[in-house]
Amino acid sequence: MTQPNKPINRRDFLRDGLWGACFAGLAGTGAVLASKSSQQRFVWQIDPAKCTACGNCATFCVLQESAVKCVHAYQMCGYCDLCTGYYRPEPSALDTAAENQLCPRGAIIRTYVEDPYFQYTIDESLCNGCGKCVKGCAAFGNGSLFLQVRHDLCVNCNECAIAAACPAQAFKRVPADKPYLLKGQG
Amino acid sequence: MLMLSMTAWGVQRFPPPQFESGYQIPQTTTPMPHPPIRDVIDSAVFLVALGMASWLTLKKRSRKWIVGLMLFSLFYFGFFRNGCVCSVGSIGNIALAAFNSEYTLPAVVLVFFLAPLVFTLFFGRGFCAAVCPLGAMQDIVLIRPVRVPEPLEAALRLLAYVYLAFAVLFAATGSLFVICRYDPFVTFFRFNGNWNLWVLGISFLLISLFVGRPYCRFLCPYGVILRQLSRISRWRVKITPDECIQCRLCEQACPFGAVVKPSKPLPPAENARSKRTIAFLIVLLPILAALGGWIGSAMHPTLARAHPTVRLANRIDAEMAGLVQGQTDASEAFRASGQDVQLLRLEAVSIRYRFWVGGMMAGIALGLIAGGKLIASAVPVVRKEYEAHRAGCFACGRCFAYCPVEQKRRIDQSIMNTK
Repeated sequence: MTQPNKPINRRDFLRDGLWGACFAGLAGTGAVLASKSSQQRFVWQIDPAKCTACGNCATFCVLQESAVKCVHAYQMCGYCDLCTGYYRPEPSALDTAAENQLCPRGAIIRTYVEDPYFQYTIDESLCNGCGKCVKGCAAFGNGSLFLQVRHDLCVNCNECAIAAACPAQAFKRVPADKPYLLKGQG
Repeated sequence: MLMLSMTAWGVQRFPPPQFESGYQIPQTTTPMPHPPIRDVIDSAVFLVALGMASWLTLKKRSRKWIVGLMLFSLFYFGFFRNGCVCSVGSIGNIALAAFNSEYTLPAVVLVFFLAPLVFTLFFGRGFCAAVCPLGAMQDIVLIRPVRVPEPLEAALRLLAYVYLAFAVLFAATGSLFVICRYDPFVTFFRFNGNWNLWVLGISFLLISLFVGRPYCRFLCPYGVILRQLSRISRWRVKITPDECIQCRLCEQACPFGAVVKPSKPLPPAENARSKRTIAFLIVLLPILAALGGWIGSAMHPTLARAHPTVRLANRIDAEMAGLVQGQTDASEAFRASGQDVQLLRLEAVSIRYRFWVGGMMAGIALGLIAGGKLIASAVPVVRKEYEAHRAGCFACGRCFAYCPVEQKRRIDQSIMNTK
């Protein structure tokens, strides 16, 4: 491909050499990084074993309503009448009155199952992920309420603001095909 | 303490009930993230957009079409995909993957990082012109560009190098992705976010009304890499499609100060003086590098505080020495988990050491870059015609229409088309 009529000056030669070196460098970088990459996508999740329900999830998420919500591992739940995740300490009555509830958003729905059991369901549209119920449930109950990143809401920031603010370093990247770390499942 | 450790996991205090009414225990719902095919689609759209941008800036030479593609990118990669993954932020992932073997790099991030670099090496910065949603955001609001004086521009540009150096340092040590955290426009793309981010984004947008693409020119760490590749790119944007007739009409065309004027060789006396200046600056170069390295390594205790483990170790030490009252959430969680303080300290020491090495390397690099810039500014350049600055041109295509030779080409072309 060399053209005999075109004189090669030093400047062009150096430029071509540099260009070739850059191209080779990019190709090399690409190859090294490709060997470290995978088709697998990763998403953020809370390890419930490390989570201290500090409340940062409610305030640090870049979304106005946090993508972290309380979820319920029903098979771990004691279905208590006096649920310490539902009621604030020393409630005046075991009813659904707001002043007795621990949840600041009224996001836990208490439904009667059979005597003396009650089911507690989280209304995720109301839950702000503050973790007050998680703390209450873990302190005196079975710990069946816990916080998880909900992937229908999470925008999967490269730099998760809650992960950066998490005091227990409970946030980690998990494979996107197994995006939950649920309690009570092995 | 007991209560805290229970908070961490909880215990089975009440056995699950044996229901008699035939009640079925509900399952915990697990809404899934988007399917992997989306990454493939995004990568494909990205590559096509890059190819289109190269063709539009080099062959089609039409600002209108470039704006069209820019708007598409703004809506697709910005508002539709919420501005993530982006090439600018991918620097963090790449640095983390390069220095941390435990981190697996998603393939889509690699595509977003590498493809614009390769395209720039061949075709110039078409990525900046029409694919990057951050650039597009600033480009569309530019209404009354103010000229930034050249020395100020050169000085401000150094900020981007500093930003890149620290972004890589923080990402490589696994501390944080600075670029993503202070992404100016992601708040608009999500239309959701806290007040700090809104203030940051709106300030950038207000500045962009008068100063062309301030983020791209003075801060963008990805732009720093693209600038260097664009210097040696095979093909690049030319103001005039043919011979420059030196009409000076394009002088004021570029709102980013990237149209450079022709210049003559210096007279012999000045030439000798500039040679002496260059010799002095070359001697200065190792001194600047050493100074940078010293400052960088001296800053390591401060820099290392960006890492949560170091922060925690500092806090625990301060608590144990009685220097601070009470506990933070982090130290409380650490104590409750019953981990060994000594191990934490060792880990913090090794992270601080990495910051010492990394800080020194970043400092040396910045010293060399500052020195190199000084030398480059002293080297006389001979240019025959008006041209787009090799590194600084965003390939936005504003200058094309200013060139009478280009106007003639367009008229000729339309005549050809009607025939």
